[in-house]
Amino acid sequence: MQTLSTQTRINSELTNSQVPIVTVYKLNKSFGAKRAIHELSLQIKAKQVLAILGANGAGKTTLINILLGRLQADSGEISILGQEPGSLAAKRQISAMLQVANLPETLKIKEHIRLFQCYYPNPMDYHQVLEYAGLSDMQNRYSRKLSGGEKQRLLFALSICGNPKLLFLDEPSVGMDVDARQGLWQAIGDLRAQGTAIVLTTHYLQEAESSADHIVLLKDGELIKQGNSDEFKASVSAKIIRFCSKHSSALFAQLPAVLSSSQSGNYVSLQTSDAKQSLLALLSQFPDVEDLSVNGAGLEEAFLHLNRSTLGRDLTIN
Amino acid sequence: MNTLNINVQKQVTFSHVLRIYLIETKYEWLKTIRNKSFALPALLFPLMFYVFFGVLFNHGNVQAASYLLCTYGIFGVMGPALFSFGAGLAVERGQGWQDLKSASPMPVGAQLCARLVVASVFSLIIVACLSLVASTLADVQFSVWQWLSLIVIWVLGGLPFCLLGLSLGLVLKADSAPAIINAIYLPMAFLSGLWMPLTILPEVMQHIALALPPYHLAQLALKVAGLDMGQPVTMHLLALIIFTVLFFVTARLAYNKKAL
Repeated sequence: MQTLSTQTRINSELTNSQVPIVTVYKLNKSFGAKRAIHELSLQIKAKQVLAILGANGAGKTTLINILLGRLQADSGEISILGQEPGSLAAKRQISAMLQVANLPETLKIKEHIRLFQCYYPNPMDYHQVLEYAGLSDMQNRYSRKLSGGEKQRLLFALSICGNPKLLFLDEPSVGMDVDARQGLWQAIGDLRAQGTAIVLTTHYLQEAESSADHIVLLKDGELIKQGNSDEFKASVSAKIIRFCSKHSSALFAQLPAVLSSSQSGNYVSLQTSDAKQSLLALLSQFPDVEDLSVNGAGLEEAFLHLNRSTLGRDLTIN
Repeated sequence: MNTLNINVQKQVTFSHVLRIYLIETKYEWLKTIRNKSFALPALLFPLMFYVFFGVLFNHGNVQAASYLLCTYGIFGVMGPALFSFGAGLAVERGQGWQDLKSASPMPVGAQLCARLVVASVFSLIIVACLSLVASTLADVQFSVWQWLSLIVIWVLGGLPFCLLGLSLGLVLKADSAPAIINAIYLPMAFLSGLWMPLTILPEVMQHIALALPPYHLAQLALKVAGLDMGQPVTMHLLALIIFTVLFFVTARLAYNKKAL
């Protein structure tokens, strides 16, 4: 009996986490001659925390604006819980924390939250919102008197107060202190447990690494890499071997354990999943390499490396 | 695509939408009256001008005081319409606040309606103060019917200016919006004869005034007091309807351009 109910619970959790909240298929968007999104397909499931990484201009903001219905795609299909992006039916189930320079200054924190709560059909309990955002002791403060970090907390409060099924967080922890970040991740964890999907863009790569369970990397509007966080971490826990050589970088790509190679000037960079194995082969086959160095590639290095190297596109996980 | 159709969407009831409109209006009102740099000039400028030109420097000329009450009422109504919609919206757009609002499930109509109600109530307060000063200090005397007609003309007449303000608010940049709106507001008020009768200005001014919406609204108000230029009511009404439709179309175009 016990095992059966556990089994049922696991099954229902499994099916629940398979529910696609967002489906994007072959999305394209250009601004004049500039291509912002190219043939992008993506699925975001319930209970997923998805991090979108990419340099400035990679298409992160364009993608989010299209999902929010603030931009019209040129072609492709998008479904948000079966609704058109930008429709009132879709908006009632999603919310966003965007970069906002200032809120209307003459309203109090509690008024801002009450107003946003009334837009949604099933708002979150008011005191719960305050607690998550750490605003309980400043409900009556006018927004003009808030510091940058406090404004950020209020924007976070506004993004969760509607109990969304899909939550967009654009650089959420910029300017937030440690306490506020804790509340943020607490709220995200709880919302997620209810089946909310969370999409975040961040420059704090560590944040993406530690909090997201699925990571998508965009470059020039294309999805060049995606995987769950562990797979992503494994591939990017790779080392970078850098050295000076007369030979072209393509020659080194066949070396054992080498994932990708790139060249800048006389320098060749190899990304390897096993530095020792690659080094052994490299030094025995090409004893003339100079100025050799090996660096650990954290997510950050790997990310920069991938973004630079066009070979990165061939690199797939799974 | 195996999209599981989960019906989490609740039937949105009429009462929920009505509640959004009411709460939006309530907070729009609080936001506006607490904003001293908007509320004080909007109320004090027409009142101060009227006290100077309609009362103090007027030497007891009741006809002039009546003329200026009709026209300063329109001057007073134009202020909140142009600034609350125009400058206020431009500033909120510049801050990125309107981006957040447009991503939220707030119906667009709720914000428009809230701003319209706030501008109208504000206008009502301004014309009530002006009327009080006019009837007590300048000895302006109208019948109940005349007062009611004036109030209806003043407050309903704010609509084309709200739409003009909305168009400007959707187009202008936050830092230049107040200056540009003043550069439209003040000359338009002067050229429409709101500060002094057009008859004491060169005749060419009377032709220019025909192309300005405040002129037609002022003529309707002045007709109530029997001080207008004698042109037909239908001409003024038609002109105001044309301006209202025109500004509605420009606002609509500006909105579509911003939204998509």
